[in-house]
Amino acid sequence: MTILLFGVTKDIIGSSTLSMPSSSEFGSKKSKTVKELKEYLGKMYPELKKLSSLAVAVNNSYANDDTIIDNFDEIALIPPVSGG
Amino acid sequence: MFMNTNRYQRQTILKDFGPEAQQKLKGASILVVGAGGLGIPVLQYLNAMGVGTIGVVEQDVIEITNLQRQVLYTEKDLGRSKIEVVLERLSSQNSDTQIRTFDTFLTRHNALEIISQFDVIVDGSDNFPTRYLINDACVILKKPFVSGAIQGFEGQLSVFNYQGGPTYRCLFPKMPTQEEIPNCNENGVLGVIPGIIGNLQALEAVKIVTGIGEAINGKLLLFNGLNQSYQTITFSLQPENLLLKKLQKSYGAEPCEATIGIRVEEIEEKLNAGIALQIIDVRTVVEFENFSLPQVKAVNIPLDELKGRTKELDFQRPIYLLCQSGKRSEMAVRILEELNSKIELYNIIGGVDKFLSLHK
Repeated sequence: MTILLFGVTKDIIGSSTLSMPSSSEFGSKKSKTVKELKEYLGKMYPELKKLSSLAVAVNNSYANDDTIIDNFDEIALIPPVSGG
Repeated sequence: MFMNTNRYQRQTILKDFGPEAQQKLKGASILVVGAGGLGIPVLQYLNAMGVGTIGVVEQDVIEITNLQRQVLYTEKDLGRSKIEVVLERLSSQNSDTQIRTFDTFLTRHNALEIISQFDVIVDGSDNFPTRYLINDACVILKKPFVSGAIQGFEGQLSVFNYQGGPTYRCLFPKMPTQEEIPNCNENGVLGVIPGIIGNLQALEAVKIVTGIGEAINGKLLLFNGLNQSYQTITFSLQPENLLLKKLQKSYGAEPCEATIGIRVEEIEEKLNAGIALQIIDVRTVVEFENFSLPQVKAVNIPLDELKGRTKELDFQRPIYLLCQSGKRSEMAVRILEELNSKIELYNIIGGVDKFLSLHK
């Protein structure tokens, strides 16, 4: 599973993409939801939990907390940006 | 009218644009909020292309750090108000355009009144409170708005509240707090990035008023300048976000917007008339000692000491806050406002830099 990072999530995680190998604690789970992914990432990167609004896209579509994801999906973490 | 038909010939000869779309541009009114990195390309292109009425909301003055991305302004303009320079440049670029300037920041008190006067709104603001305010006002007034936002090497673009499509809150329901995401001028941006996103915003605004092509409503474009990637995310309307009937009581600290500004010219008039003003210079002691304006007679209380030294202030009289450019004094206004909402507070717009530019 590949996670593309935008805006401040890139700064928090320290790179522009994040790979989740299927052997990892999260990757090996069979049925996963966006909510679980957020919780897992929140544990690894506590700063992420502070974001009031963080959109998650699965295969280029906005996903809700209960959207199911699998290991072949492309995920994007999209916080709002404010600069002008 | 006939004299000017030639002017737009390069776009009216386009089969899918034609004189009809040109006529629609002429009949359109578009409001641009913010004349900064995003707003400037939007203003320049809409004005060049023949949009009949263009509104601009802006109250900042031009600072040296603006010039790497706000390409309408020159070194000679430093210290001048953006709105004044915008009016001057756009009028000479296209004298047919009716340009309506709003010399203010957009606030919850004026947003509905200003936005109601235009067909399409372009959000070129630089902070979340204004972005959420624009969303809510546009939802209430049923106006489409073209949103662009940038950070670092990245940009985001979408059209919200258009033809039954989703709103900003459908994508980002809750406004971030000031601490969690870099805001205003604190975050870096590569100069050309707002130029790219602003130009895309101008294109979307033109598409909406002329009806050509497909607007990017229901989709969010994520642009990354470092690898030239353009990724589009689809998202849908959350109908509860259309139920808004009035603006929120507050849009957070409205960090760049809410303070009451006063012009340096007005300060000078008062001083020249012999009125004693309570002016607090919130720059550091070193800055204050290196240079302070002899005519102003300010008391120096550095910003980081302000909270602990309020005893030195007379809350019964208006307090005028001063710094080098107007940014720290704005924060000072917010700090004092929080302590006591009854004090009459003014941020001296443009600060010491503005005083100096008037007496060059």
